[in-house]
Amino acid sequence: MSTLEIKDLAVSVKTDDGDKQILKGVTLTIKAGETHAIMGPNGSGKSTLAYSVAGHPKYDITGGSVTLDGEDVLAMSVDERARAGLFLAMQYPVEVPGVSVSNFLRTAKTALDGEAPKLRTWVKDVNKALEDLNLDPSFGTRSVNEGFSGGEKKRHEIAQLELLDPKVAVLDETDSGLDIDALKVVSDGVNRFRAKDGKGVLLITHYTRILRYIEPDFVHVFVDGRVAESGGPELAEELEANGYDKYLRAAV
Amino acid sequence: MGLELSSHLHPVGSFDLSDHPVPTGREEVWRFTPLKRLRGLHDGAALGGTGVGAEYDGPDGVAVEPLAAGSAELGSSGFVPTDRVSARVWHEAGQRYAVTVPADTELDAPAVLTLTGKSVDDATATHAVITIGAHSRATVVVRFEGSATLADVVEIVVGDGAQLTYVTVQDWADDAVHHSTQHAKVGRDASLKHVAVTFGGDLVRHDTTATYDGPGGSIEMLGLYFADEGQHIEHRLFVDHTAPKTKSHVVYKGALQGQGAHTVWIGNVLIRKEAEGIETYEENRNLVLTDGCQADSVPNLEIETGEIEGAGHASATARFDDEQLFYLRSRGVSEKEARRLVVHGFFNDLIRKIAVPELEESLTATVETELAKNVLKELS
Ligand SMILES: Nc1ncnc2c1ncn2[C@@H]1O[C@H](COP(=O)(O)OP(=O)(O)O)[C@@H](O)[C@H]1O
Ligand SMILES: [Mg+2]
Repeated sequence: MSTLEIKDLAVSVKTDDGDKQILKGVTLTIKAGETHAIMGPNGSGKSTLAYSVAGHPKYDITGGSVTLDGEDVLAMSVDERARAGLFLAMQYPVEVPGVSVSNFLRTAKTALDGEAPKLRTWVKDVNKALEDLNLDPSFGTRSVNEGFSGGEKKRHEIAQLELLDPKVAVLDETDSGLDIDALKVVSDGVNRFRAKDGKGVLLITHYTRILRYIEPDFVHVFVDGRVAESGGPELAEELEANGYDKYLRAAV
Repeated sequence: MGLELSSHLHPVGSFDLSDHPVPTGREEVWRFTPLKRLRGLHDGAALGGTGVGAEYDGPDGVAVEPLAAGSAELGSSGFVPTDRVSARVWHEAGQRYAVTVPADTELDAPAVLTLTGKSVDDATATHAVITIGAHSRATVVVRFEGSATLADVVEIVVGDGAQLTYVTVQDWADDAVHHSTQHAKVGRDASLKHVAVTFGGDLVRHDTTATYDGPGGSIEMLGLYFADEGQHIEHRLFVDHTAPKTKSHVVYKGALQGQGAHTVWIGNVLIRKEAEGIETYEENRNLVLTDGCQADSVPNLEIETGEIEGAGHASATARFDDEQLFYLRSRGVSEKEARRLVVHGFFNDLIRKIAVPELEESLTATVETELAKNVLKELS
């Protein structure tokens, strides 16, 4: 059972005109078995939150804390965070030329488990994970994300989620750019992950569409680097009807 | 007194040593090379050494035999020395030999020559002539290992309609110095795949020139190099399109790591007036892994006819991509392992292009060993 606790997190990035504050005190607690949706307009800092939790070097943490089961996440290196049980499905997955998907997945699994996976079951697991996400087994021999369509990149992220099996998954706009069929395939993958014992999910999205397939326990409206309002699934319905206008006006 | 050049892409050769003064380092073709570390190969060091032992392993149908000074085979590629080192090899080589595949022969396995240096003290010069008869197919691999101070000339003659894959692997010990001059003549409708893989050595410099002996010939040059601390690896390539409807495609990739690692890639292509309808492309990519390295990369295209199919070049030197490292590390992969993967990926497509099945495994293993030795070394 694990808990991801984000407290008063403040984050800035370096720009040509000096530091720019993006997160202005974010507090969120994701307990085992819970799915939290974060909804917010473009530029509100959703990806910044995701990357900061994962440890991207571009972001400077200027205040607050992040812990996973009480352990100080911010003190960990990027790979230590992953080994502690965090996973980030990225909004823009990165291409790694010349490194095959199967080599990448095996290397990651070995790093996470501290030992190489058993060859026979592993190959089966990889093929099944790809197949479940509607990716042809030939993706195994292709270079990581290179030449993948937008939708294939997102499906590949969720295949990794299932194979690498973290404790807490942060999904950054996994739904954006997906057609309805792909959205279902991806949602099924996330739901299989959620169905396992004690998994936490932080689902970041711009649209309510994906919440029809992945029903959150909590919804947080994210505006201008802060959680503007929190509630249950009904909050998503309200956003669907009224949009972010009310919060944007309040933020100005 | 030195030779008159209209441009360094129109070198005028001479067999007369007195036409090749000792380079000072200011010459265009020597300006990157640390002459002090050449151990006198370019000057007057005695070259009579026998510091390099040769071992041959290959299929039937290949003749490997010594050549006497003055044999007709020497110079049969059209090679004429354009610098002092190769002129000295021409005159002073202690070992001269021929590797010959007769016409209409298809080798069922690569011919592998392993040259092992025993000591750096005994400067050695060798001159080889590799001849592939018309319509034959062959793969010839030359492997260099151990410690040596070596100057060599390799002539490559690919007969009409023949196909040769020539692979030269410089897996030298850290103290080796190797100056190599390679000259290829590619026949009508023939093809040459020239592969250079360089890891070891204190100073390795290759001058590789290719010309065509008739229309329709095709030359592919692939190179892979890895320079670590203090190493100087220099490849100077020159494809001289001397015939119409010929092709050249050059891809060299290198990685550099450690203080004083220096690589030089010069990609010269000359498209002569008579070379109508040719196609050429050359590319050099360098991956710089740490501070303190220098990668010089100079593509150079000289076109004397407008009637060509295509000509292009690309040159890029990049550092590790932080986004790639972040992506891999966000999956639990340690920083060192992530770096190793990225470098592996950088070279991987090139290794696939080399496409010599018998070699792929040992080549991959050599690359992996080099990566383990360097990239996995504790990063300071
Ligand atoms: N390197 C940067 N320089 C300047 N502004 C940045 C930089 N990175 C992010 N930002 C800004 O931070 C804000 C939040 O970005 P982001 O976290 O990507 O938002 P979201 O994911 O909600 O669309 C945006 O206004 C964006 O322009
Ligand atoms: Mg975003």
